[in-house]
Amino acid sequence: MKDRSLVQIALYAAIFAVLGLLPKFDIPLAGGVPITAQSMGAMLAGVMLGARRGALAIILLLFVVALGAPLLAGGRGGLGVFFTPSVGFLFGWVASAFVAGWLMEKLRDKAVFPAALVAAVIGGIPVLYAFGIVGMSAMSGLSLLDATKACLIFIPGDTIKAVLVALVAQTVARGLPEALLSRAS
Amino acid sequence: MISLYLPERTWLHGITAGRKLFALALVSLLIAPFDSLPLMAGLLAAVLALYASLGRAALRQLSLLRPMAPLLAILLALHAWNGDIWLGVSLCLRLLAMILLANAVTMTTRMDAMMDAVEPLLRPLAWFGASPRAVALAVAMMIRFVPLLFALWDALNEAWRARTGRRGGWRLLAPFCIQTLKLSHHAAEALAARGGAPRGDTR
Repeated sequence: MKDRSLVQIALYAAIFAVLGLLPKFDIPLAGGVPITAQSMGAMLAGVMLGARRGALAIILLLFVVALGAPLLAGGRGGLGVFFTPSVGFLFGWVASAFVAGWLMEKLRDKAVFPAALVAAVIGGIPVLYAFGIVGMSAMSGLSLLDATKACLIFIPGDTIKAVLVALVAQTVARGLPEALLSRAS
Repeated sequence: MISLYLPERTWLHGITAGRKLFALALVSLLIAPFDSLPLMAGLLAAVLALYASLGRAALRQLSLLRPMAPLLAILLALHAWNGDIWLGVSLCLRLLAMILLANAVTMTTRMDAMMDAVEPLLRPLAWFGASPRAVALAVAMMIRFVPLLFALWDALNEAWRARTGRRGGWRLLAPFCIQTLKLSHHAAEALAARGGAPRGDTR
C-alpha cells in the first residue's frame, strides 16, 4: 500500500471521529432536530476516497474504537458499543463506504453532484439500514419488521446528510480537484 | 481527549488484556442461547457487583448508559406491542449487562496493551502484503490526526465567525475537507522522506 493511501485512510478515520465529537450541527432543513454529523463520515469517506480506501478508513476507525478510544458520537467507544443493539450500523458503515465509493468510481464520467448524491443515498440508506436492521433484530429479539420500525426515525436525517455530502464533494471538486480521490487516476 | 480508561489501578487492571477479552467472549457465547429473566437479572447484578468492586470511578461510568435509554424504551415498547413484555425486559437486561461487561474490559485495559493483545490476530494480514506494523502506524496517525483536525475546524470556525458573526456549521465541511487533504499530502511526503510505511515483506 502506498504511503499516501495509508495517510488518507487514517485521515478519513479521524474526520469520521471529529464529525461525531464536534458540537451539534445546526442543519436548517431538519426543523430544529439536532443531528449528529457522524453517519455522514461513512458516506464522505466512500465518496471522497473510493471503495477500497473508504471501507478501510471505517475499519480503522472501528478498530481504534474497539481498542478503547471514545471516538463515536457523544464520546461513546470501547468494546461496549459492539454489544449495543445498534452494532449493525457500525459494520453497515463499512459496507456503506464501500458501496458509495464503488458507485462514485462507476459514475466517474457523470457530473460530481448527481453522482455523489446517488452514491451517498444508496450507500448511506439501503445498504447501511440492511446491516443496521439485521443487527438490531439479532441483538434485541425483535422481528425484522419491528426492527425496521425502530430504525425508520433516522432516515429523514440521513437523507439530508447525503445531500450535504454531495454538496461537499462538488465544492471539493471545484476547489481542489485532485482531492476527490475516488475520481483520480 | 476524554478517556474511558480508569487511571487508578484496580484488581481488574492486573489481569492481562488477552484473558479479559477471552472471558468477555466466553460470557457472551455462554449466555447467547438463554433469555430467562432471572438469569439475565442475575447477570446484570453480577456485573454491577463487579463495578462496585472497582470503586467509585467505575460506578460513575454507569452514566454512559444514559444515551441508550430512548432506544431501550423503543425496544420495550415494541415487545410490549407484540404482547411479550417480559421477553423484552430480559433482552434489555442482557444488553445492559453485556455493554457494561465489555466496557469493564475497556476501562481497565490500556490501549497499547489491547493493541499487543490483538497483534497476533493481525498477522494473517501479511499474506495480503500488508504489515501489522502498517496497521499500528495507521492507528497512531489517526489518533494524532484527531486533535489536529479539531484545531483546524476551530480555525475555520473563527474565520467564518469573524466575517459573519455566526457559527459556520456544515458550511465549513468543504473547506475543511480541502484543508485536511492538503495536510495529508504533507504527512505523506514526510512519511515517504522517512522511509515510508512498513511493507508486508519487511519486519
